[in-house]
Amino acid sequence: MSRLLSSRLLPLFATALVLLVLFAGAGWHYEHFFSARVVLNLFKDRAFLGVIALGMTFVIVSGGIDLSVGSVMACSTVLLATLIMGMGWPVPLAMLVTLGFGAAFGGAQGWIIQAYRIPAFLVTLAGLFLARGLAFMLSPRSLEIRHAVYTDIGARGLPLGDGLTFTLGPIVFVAVLAAAIAVAHGTRFGRTVYALGGSESSAALMGLPVGRTRIAVYALCGAGAALGGILSTVALGSGDPTRGTGLELDAIAAAVIGGTVLSGGRGWMVGTFLGVLILGTIKTILDFEGSLDPAWLRIASGGLLLGFILLQKLIAIRARDI
Amino acid sequence: MSCLLQLRGIEKRFGSFAALRGVSLELRAGEIHALMGENGAGKSTLIKVITGVHQATGGSMEMAGRAHRPRRPQQAESAGISTVYQEVNLLPNLSIAENIMMGRQPMWGPFIRPVEGRRRARAALARLGLEVDVARPLGACAVALQQMAAIARALDQEARVLILDEPTSSLDAREVAELFAVLRRLRDQGMGILFVSHFLDQVYALSDRITVLRDGGGVGTWDVAELPRLDLVGHMIGKPVAARAAESARNEFRGRAAAGFFQVEQLERRGVAGPFAFGVEAGGATGLAGLLGSGRSELARMLFGIDPATSGKVRVDGREVALHSPRAAMAAGLAFCSEDRKVEGIVPSLSVRENIILALQASRGPLRRLPECEQAALAEKFIQALNIKTRGPETPMGTLSGGNQQKCLLARWMAVQPRLLILDEPTRGIDIGAKGEIEALCAELRRAGLAILFISGELDEVVRNCNQVVVLRDRRQAAVLEGGAISLQRIMETVAAA
Ligand SMILES: Nc1ncnc2c1ncn2[C@@H]1O[C@H](COP(=O)(O)OP(=O)(O)OP(=O)(O)O)[C@@H](O)[C@H]1O
Ligand SMILES: [Mg+2]
Repeated sequence: MSRLLSSRLLPLFATALVLLVLFAGAGWHYEHFFSARVVLNLFKDRAFLGVIALGMTFVIVSGGIDLSVGSVMACSTVLLATLIMGMGWPVPLAMLVTLGFGAAFGGAQGWIIQAYRIPAFLVTLAGLFLARGLAFMLSPRSLEIRHAVYTDIGARGLPLGDGLTFTLGPIVFVAVLAAAIAVAHGTRFGRTVYALGGSESSAALMGLPVGRTRIAVYALCGAGAALGGILSTVALGSGDPTRGTGLELDAIAAAVIGGTVLSGGRGWMVGTFLGVLILGTIKTILDFEGSLDPAWLRIASGGLLLGFILLQKLIAIRARDI
Repeated sequence: MSCLLQLRGIEKRFGSFAALRGVSLELRAGEIHALMGENGAGKSTLIKVITGVHQATGGSMEMAGRAHRPRRPQQAESAGISTVYQEVNLLPNLSIAENIMMGRQPMWGPFIRPVEGRRRARAALARLGLEVDVARPLGACAVALQQMAAIARALDQEARVLILDEPTSSLDAREVAELFAVLRRLRDQGMGILFVSHFLDQVYALSDRITVLRDGGGVGTWDVAELPRLDLVGHMIGKPVAARAAESARNEFRGRAAAGFFQVEQLERRGVAGPFAFGVEAGGATGLAGLLGSGRSELARMLFGIDPATSGKVRVDGREVALHSPRAAMAAGLAFCSEDRKVEGIVPSLSVRENIILALQASRGPLRRLPECEQAALAEKFIQALNIKTRGPETPMGTLSGGNQQKCLLARWMAVQPRLLILDEPTRGIDIGAKGEIEALCAELRRAGLAILFISGELDEVVRNCNQVVVLRDRRQAAVLEGGAISLQRIMETVAAA
């Protein structure tokens, strides 16, 4: 029993261990690394990637992939900026519409995948180009958002003392994480997503709502991308059609480092959370180092990814032998 | 007696092929109704029409007096029809409990109550006489347990009609007995049960009425008491039963040199099974007999290098070989057709031809491709020899009936022309006519010098086909019987000896 359990949760433990080692190592090496400010910044800088990666985890667990999230995020930032600055919409309404746009875009992709049985890779690849194009159509340049409400919510947050605040981005990230865990493990919808990734034909024969669930998963991921976009406008004060290029790959990497299996059916939201933090920690270390070439960021992420994929393979082989 | 489910003139076409042509059937409340027919007769298709996986192209259905026209399995479920399908319909990545409760989990608002779910799953399995850790992932469980989980899932539903498509194909005698006790109890409570099996004994032990299908058409419905077995088989295949070809092969073989080319010496996998010691001659058939869990499959997996032995030796032609992996075993001339066919094995999207030549091609390596014409000839040969019902060698494997898919898997390993072919339960799920054909083909292969290691839970098959029987008990070798010493009686005595 304990052996089985440990082999199933091993990827998660491994992820947590890597994060711990990275953090402890950096804290020991750099003088000011081990501080609340660094941790806070880590959360702040990674909040939108985190929200997007959680949505991506749902899609991957269902046995699919969504390459469009980076573009959808960019498109959402421009859409939001246009609605607020260009058309003078009230901020909450504009945000709601932006979220709705993301969900609709994702849902439409899910519908095409489901109805025409086209590989998710192809459909969302088309979505990647489409959403990016849409973003440039709305505005070819970065749009600044200057609005009283915006500067207000940007500054608000939970005061932690010492002049530090837990700002909106991290708060939303943690809230989304909690919701994602509850949905994935505690609701019928969440379990159906795992069932879908385990075996679609079995799920259908079990009488589970396969089509509905798949569309919902992509809608959820699209909404996650839009929320990520909203968070980035709050953090950066602008909407930008070039933002989030290649972000889909970071999101996939975070999920895989967190123990999610690309072929579907297995994964943890907490794992993705840890994966996001690992990627962020590597980035922070490079910032501290200053002199280091940013190429190392890519190399470190790539090496980690490879290590975790090999670990998964190893576990899969061992599980078959037991 | 009131009629629960009524089918009238059901037709189902796949493209131009008519899988069902006008089948009528009446399932009453409080009866166990057996659906019989050869491989490919249309039994599973009929069931899938009833449960909404396929839509009928003609005819009508009534469930408890109301028109029944399901478009999805969910709709049949909510109409009160609960089903165990022939193919795996489980999720290996989730726990046993989740597989049983999926879609019907006890809820607290929007949230699942996992503890309550596990309790109910445990209770559902307990009704089948099983006590297991339901939190285990299903993929790590034995096939029998997976099948029991599928049955437990069907039993946990509030259903008035229960459909079971070959539910017993991976179960041992005790599990079958538990299942039948439950089914009888449900029947007495007024449930209507539709049951498919190729085991005549089970059908006669359990059912009240029998409906026979042949080539997609209904032949008729009889009370069990009014239908002698030979008549039933005659209705199924449309002609008198084929004579047994295997018996002669066994007699022919007697007297050849006992110098086996394949020698097993004190082979053991610590903590799993062994030690074993026996020899296999070219052209011989060695049976492994014993109860389920006596180590039969474990020995086969050891020989084929899936779970390599930890001690002991295997000699081929006097030379010692290390069977540490399936590749090594194949290089030594072994082939293994596993019991786990439901899970591993068939590639549904590839054609029948491609599925048959898969292992042969793999053994040649990717660079030496088998010539197209040779592939076609091989496929044609096995389709003929095993009487595989398919529209042609290029038909996708996934559209064949369950039994015919199994015949293709047998063909795959026979095509490799190994020196020793390990067959683990080769006749499960295969109809009675085809069993004879497979036995005849084995006899032919043996005449050409191939040796067979034959594992079967049906002892009379072992007795009929083998010239040597290794009897297993408690995961070790209990005795080796040869030639005239082989009889049902002797095997039973050895198995049962304390
Ligand atoms: N999806 C499909 N497309 C095309 N043909 C199919 C499909 N499903 C089944 N068939 C064909 O319909 C016929 C009946 O198949 P079915 O699975 O109902 O047989 P069966 O009676 O259950 O046999 P078995 O005992 O082997 O399980 C077969 O000839 C099979 O090839
Ligand atoms: Mg069938």
